[in-house]
Amino acid sequence: MKILVYAEVRGGKLKSTAGELLTAARGFAGHEVHAVLLGKGAKDHVSTLAKFGAQKVILVENPATDTYQGEPHVAALVALVTSGGYSVVLGPASPTGRDFFPRLAARLKAAMLTDVVKVALEGSTVVATRPMYAGKCLAEVVSKASITCVTVRPNVIPAQAAENGSSGGAEAFDTGALSAPIAIKEVRAGKSEKPDLTEANIIISGGRAMANSDNFKILHSCADVVGATVGASRAAVDSGYAPHDMQVGQTGKTVNPSLYIACGISGSIQHLAGMRTSKIIVAINTDADAPIFQKADYGIVADLFAAVPIMEAELKKLMVGQ
Amino acid sequence: MGRCFLKIVVLVKHVPDTETKIRLAGGGKSLDESEFSYMLNPYDEFAVEEAIKTQQKFGGESVVISMGPARVQESLRKSLAMGIDRAIWVNTEGGPAYLDSWCVANALTTVLKAEAPDIVFCGQKAIDDDTSHIGPMVGELMGIPHVQVVAKLEWQEGGKKALVEREVEGGMVEVYEVGTPVILGAHKSLNTPRFPTVPNIMKAKKKPMDEKKVGDVLSVQPLVEIRGFQLPPEKAPGKVFKGEPVETMVARVVQLLRTEAKVL
Repeated sequence: MKILVYAEVRGGKLKSTAGELLTAARGFAGHEVHAVLLGKGAKDHVSTLAKFGAQKVILVENPATDTYQGEPHVAALVALVTSGGYSVVLGPASPTGRDFFPRLAARLKAAMLTDVVKVALEGSTVVATRPMYAGKCLAEVVSKASITCVTVRPNVIPAQAAENGSSGGAEAFDTGALSAPIAIKEVRAGKSEKPDLTEANIIISGGRAMANSDNFKILHSCADVVGATVGASRAAVDSGYAPHDMQVGQTGKTVNPSLYIACGISGSIQHLAGMRTSKIIVAINTDADAPIFQKADYGIVADLFAAVPIMEAELKKLMVGQ
Repeated sequence: MGRCFLKIVVLVKHVPDTETKIRLAGGGKSLDESEFSYMLNPYDEFAVEEAIKTQQKFGGESVVISMGPARVQESLRKSLAMGIDRAIWVNTEGGPAYLDSWCVANALTTVLKAEAPDIVFCGQKAIDDDTSHIGPMVGELMGIPHVQVVAKLEWQEGGKKALVEREVEGGMVEVYEVGTPVILGAHKSLNTPRFPTVPNIMKAKKKPMDEKKVGDVLSVQPLVEIRGFQLPPEKAPGKVFKGEPVETMVARVVQLLRTEAKVL
C-alpha cells in the first residue's frame, strides 16, 4: 500500500504537523510512505521530511499552488493520487487541510475521516478515532472505500524522527495546467507570529474578568515567556475585549494544547466545548465555585491580575533554569 | 438578459444542543438519544441570516433545505420565521440508518440542482459531528467553488460577484473574489442573526414546506461507517489551591506543571 502525506507549507514555513503526520504514517508498518510539498520553495523542506521518514518527497512546483487556494490543491493531489496509486492520503486538520480535503475526497470518491486523534490499519482497512460533540465522545470510524483521506488533529501525535531517516530522494511531479475558478486577491497576515490557537502547545486565555482589551497585555507578556498563544472566551470577545479569531469555544476555535491556562474564565459549557481535550488545564479565578475548577487539573482561587504577573515571573525563573 | 432574480438557498442542520449529555447505548454501538434536545446548528443561523440579508439587498427568492427525521422541521420553521421564503425537508425516516457526509452531500446536491441556486449558504461546520464536510463536498458535487469560514462578505454587481474574507489562522485572512454560483460556509463574525418575532413565527407556519423522501434523492452508498463510540477517560479531580498567599499558590502550581504534569 502506498501512503501519501500532504506536508503543509504556509508563508514558506513547513508546519510542524508534517512531522506528526509522517510519524503516524510510519505506524502503518511495511507500507511505502511518500510526502508531497506544493508551491514555491517546496524543495527547502525535503530533508526535514526525509528525517521524519518520508521515503520519497514529491514536489509540485506549479505557480498556481504558491499561495494556498482550494481548487489547484485538489486538482494537483487528485492527479498525483491517481497516477501514483496511493490508497491513503494524510493531511493536517488545520484550516487549510479542513478546507480542501473534503473536496479532494469527494472528487476521488474516497472516504473522508476528519480531525482524527488516532489512525491505524486493520489489514488494508483504515480505522480512526475522532472526537464528536465537542469531545464529549469519541467515535471509531471505518473507511469502506478503496482510497481514504484522513486529516489528523494537530498536536496529538508527537512527531518523532525516523530511526533510519531516508535518503531524501525528491522528484518533481508535473500536474499540467491548474485552473482556479475563484481569484485570491490578498492574504492578510495576522498580527501575531505565534502559532495559531489550533496548533498551539500552550494557550493562556482571558475571560470577561479581563475587563478591557488593554488588560490582555498581561496575558501576552506572560505568554511570551513560554511561547504561548493568547486566547479568549466568548464573553471577552462579545464584550469587545478581544477579536473573534482569538475565541476558544463552541463558536470559536477548538484547541488541543498540552497546557491551557484559563484566566478569569468561569467555564461555560460553550467554552469547555472548545478546550476540554487540553492535556493539562490550569484555572485562575476569584470564584471558587466557578465550573472551570471542576475541569481543571490545577486551580488557583485568586485574582488573575495578581496571579498572572507572578506566574510570568515564576515561568521566567523556570526558563532561565533550563 | 438572463434570469433577473437571485435564487438563494441555505442548508441547515438540526443538531443536539450544547448542553446535551452524551450517554452510550448498546454497549457503545450507538448513542442514547432519548434525552437529546435539538436546535438549529449555531453556524447555520449565521448562514440563514446572511441569506436573508442578501435577499433583502438584491431581491429574488430564498429557500432553506434540511435533511433528517421529522424533528428537523423545527429548524426549517425557525429559518422561515427568521425570513426565508420556503423550505424543503428531505425526510430520512424509513431510509438507511446511517448516512455519512458523502451521502448527505449527494442527496442535498440532487435537491439543490433542481433549485438551480445562484448562491448557497451553509454553516462552516455543524457542532455535533464537527466535520465541516458539507460546504466543500456539495461544492464539488455541484461543480461550483466553495469558500469556507467566511467572516466577511461584500457583494458587487447586484449579487453577481463578491469579495469574500475567509478566516484562516492566527488572525490570517484570505480574500477571494468569487462569481456565482458559489457555496459559502458562514462563520460567526459574518453577522448577528435576528430573533424571529412572534408575528413572523405565526407567518412562518403558513410558508410552504415541501417534503422529499431520502430514497428519491440519494443515489450513493456510505463510504464511512461508525463502528462504535467511547466516552473520553474521566479526569481525576484536580488540585485547587485557595486561601494561601497568591505568590505561594502560583509558585506551587508552576512547580507542579514542571514536576508532576511535565508540560513545562
